[in-house]
This record gives sequence, structure tokens and C-alpha cells, in this order.
Amino acid sequence: MSALPARRAKIEVKSVHKTFSTEKGAVHVLDEVNLTVREGEFLAIVGPSGCGKSTLLNCMAGFERITSGSITIDGKEVDHPDPKRVFVFQETGIFPWYSVWDNVGFGLNGMPFDAKHEHVMKFIHLVGLEGFERAFPAELSGGMKQRVEFARALAVEPDVLYLDEPFGALDAFTRIEMRREIVRIWRETGKTCILVTHDVSEALELADRVAIMTRRPATLHSVLNVDMPRPRDSDDPPFRAMKDEIFKVLGVERRV
Amino acid sequence: MSASALPATWPRKLVLGALGFAVFLALWQVATWGNDITDVPGPVLTLKGLVELATAGVLWRNIIASVFRVAWGFCLAAAVGIPLGVLMGWNRDVALFSNPMIQMLRPISPIAWIPFAVVIFGGANFELRGRVLFDASDSSAIFLIFLASFFPIVTATTSAVRSIELKYLRSAANFGVRGLGLFRRVILPAAMPQILTGLRLALGIAWVVIVAAEMLGVTSGLGFQVNDSRNNLRMDYVSAAMVVIGVVGLLLDTAMSNLEASALARRGMSRR
Repeated sequence: MSALPARRAKIEVKSVHKTFSTEKGAVHVLDEVNLTVREGEFLAIVGPSGCGKSTLLNCMAGFERITSGSITIDGKEVDHPDPKRVFVFQETGIFPWYSVWDNVGFGLNGMPFDAKHEHVMKFIHLVGLEGFERAFPAELSGGMKQRVEFARALAVEPDVLYLDEPFGALDAFTRIEMRREIVRIWRETGKTCILVTHDVSEALELADRVAIMTRRPATLHSVLNVDMPRPRDSDDPPFRAMKDEIFKVLGVERRV
Repeated sequence: MSASALPATWPRKLVLGALGFAVFLALWQVATWGNDITDVPGPVLTLKGLVELATAGVLWRNIIASVFRVAWGFCLAAAVGIPLGVLMGWNRDVALFSNPMIQMLRPISPIAWIPFAVVIFGGANFELRGRVLFDASDSSAIFLIFLASFFPIVTATTSAVRSIELKYLRSAANFGVRGLGLFRRVILPAAMPQILTGLRLALGIAWVVIVAAEMLGVTSGLGFQVNDSRNNLRMDYVSAAMVVIGVVGLLLDTAMSNLEASALARRGMSRR
């Protein structure tokens, strides 16, 4: 599976620095980060909370500006958010005042109604929510809301999906189900996916490559290739070996 | 489990509510035993007075006059207060510019404005295309209601817009939704629950203030009824008018809270 042909670079992060100035002085959130994301790959960024991984993702999405360095997508500098690259929040990111249909169609303004309806239903179908298009988020379970969030992002047909701990608010069983779903959707649509998580197992289950970020210095330590066939089993010895390796890099004692 | 931990079923609500009300009536009756209509009247005299007022037709006229003034003042306050609140919540400079002034004016009771209201609005009828929209006395009362409801509406709207979650705004930006579309599709619905709470609060204050506002220079309304009856030493009419003020206030609040609940129900955010 992973004997991939060399794919072209989609996103290039070059010597990125990001500094917040506070009363106590400048805080270096990102300190010389370099990363290349290939087209169509699933890349995970893992690290402890506060290591700047979410900030890096926000900068890649254009929500925040970097202090120095450059982030380019298809050779173009990222300086504002764009529907070509969509951010997927936790399940709570969908709009509670809109029905499932309206949420999924949120980014499709200006499309004639019939075309929009067909398009929206296609993505509701893709995430397996047929029959719920008139439901409101308050009537849905956490997993279903997460599906709406994915459908809303996919409906504008972006090249890149940014996933910022998208499963963090779900219960353990729903989380497993949604991980399987995101792998299926990723394979069906071929989007470039960048996942930020503090869950090492999640990163190894989903990603082609795992980038490890450390807190001090706030930079990218290394990028591991995950050469395991899917579906992946977190109890397989190679999986466990990789997990140990990542924990070692992060300097965390894994056993309780 | 204690009784108060059980959910209140409607028979329980009804029985306990009626019981509390009965106790209140009994205490009222005992406290005013033997009084006549020039003194503090009891519930029986009040009811008689209420029936007299209702059959004479003045009661309806006064209710309508009061509700009319509250409706105008309240709607004008919402029409100015909500857009201003949105601007203040959205743009920090607008907030820095107008907030000190608003916070200074806010604690001044609308009652204190009565002399100026009469001076400013007491002289002329308010006409629109030749028709008298409201006469001079209405204008000053409407102005006071406007003042009373404006500040809670502005304050609630400002804080509602300021506390909109970043992820909603970022989603909108991500999908290229800007300008008027952003306002209509994200800002307004996201802020709506808090704005509705502010409106409900404002309407409650407006109804409290109307009675005071109608004590000067007007010849209709429930506040006028109270003042006029006192001048005629008909204290039973005074207490009857008070009962009506309470009931109408309750109805207005119920209507507002129903509106609030139905607007929020499908979002699963109703507090009922």
C-alpha cells in the first residue's frame, strides 16, 4: 500500500517562526519549522499540548499570520483562509441554527437551488447521513455532528483538509468509528489531509507519515513514515514499536 | 431524593401556585380588614373596583394606551439598539467610542428624564404624512420607554456579538462568507439567544417604567389610571389598576419567553 510513487509537494513550510508578544516578553510558539506535505497524503502532526501544533495548522489555514518564513500551497503564499483548503473543527464547529442540509450547503452560496440540493445530498450520502438532512444539530449524536462537519468541509470540494483534533470531544467507541470513516472518506476523495492530535495511536492508525513536534524547542523533531497496511491494528508489534519510538522522542513514559 | 429534586409536574405546579396565591389573598384580606375605598382596599373591594372599571370601558382604553406606548418605545429601542450593539460588539473602536457614554447614561433612571421628556416632546404632535401618529403626551412616554429599554438591548447585543465563538467566525471566513452574508448567516443567529434575553429583560423594565411615565401629562394609560384614581380618592381603582398592571406584565413576559423558547427550541437551546 505504502510503496507510493514520489508525489509532488502540495504544502511547503519553510523556516517558519511564530512569536506572540506577551507582557513577560516574546513567546516562541514556532521556532524554525520545516515541513513538506505531499499531494494526497495523510499527514499527522503529534505533540504534547502547547507545542504549537494547532498554531502551525492555523497558520497553514491562513487564520493566523506567521512572524517569519514562508508557507506555500501549490507555490502560492498562504495569507488568508480559502475554500480550497478547509478546516475541520471538533463536532461543535457546525452551526446549531442551521439544519444538516443548510450546514452542508453553507459554503455553496450562489449555486442554483437544484444543483445545490443535488450536491448537498451527495455529500450527506457520502458521510452516511441520508434521512437526517432536515434534522438540527441538537437532535444529532456527537458522531453524527462530526459527520456533518466533514460533509460541510467536503462539499466545497477543497484540495486540503485540516483536521484539528477532530475526534477530541467524542466518546471512545464513536472515535474508533469516526477514524474508520475518515480513512474511508480520504481514500474515496483523495484529499490531502493534515491531522493535528496529541493521541499517538490515532496518528499511527490514520496517517501515511507522522510529524513529531516538541515543546522546547517549539519545532518539528522528525517525520516518520508509517509503512503499515490498512486497516491497522494498534496491537500489532510493528505498530507498538512505532508508538514506543514516538513516545521516546517526546520523552514521555508511556506505561502507567 | 428530596422533593425539590423531583421534576415539577404540572398538577404540582398548579396546586402549589394556587396555594401560594390563596395565602397572599388571605393575608391581604386580613391586613386590610374593615378598610373602605379611601383607605388601602382589600381584595374584595379591589375586585369590585375592577369590575366597575371594566364595565365602564375605561380599563380597556387604558390598557391599550399603555401597551401602545410600550410597543412603540420598545420597538424603536430594538431598532436602534440591536444594530448599535452589533457594531459595538464587532468593532472595538466603536465600542471604545460609545461605551463610556452609554455606561454613564445607563444608570440614570428614565424617571429622572420625565421633566426633559415633557419639555422636549410635550409641545407637539408627532405627524407622519398629515396623520397624527402619536400625540404630544404619547411622545414623551414613548421616549421614556425607549430610554428604559435601549440600554439593556445595547448591552446584551454587544456582549452577544463579542462572545461569538471564534470557530464560527473562522468557519465563515474559511467558506468565503463575508460582509452582509456573514452578518445574516452567522453573526445574527449566533448572537440571537443572548439578544432575545436582553429583549425580554428590556420589555420587563419598559413595563415597570410605563406606569411612572404615565403619571405626568397624559390622560390615558394604566399609570394615569393609578394617579387619577388617587386624586379622586378611589383607592379601590388604584389597587384594581395595579392588579391589571401585574397581569398584563405577566402576559407580556410570557409572550416574550414563548418567543424566546420557540426561536431556540429547534437549536436545542431552549431553557424550558
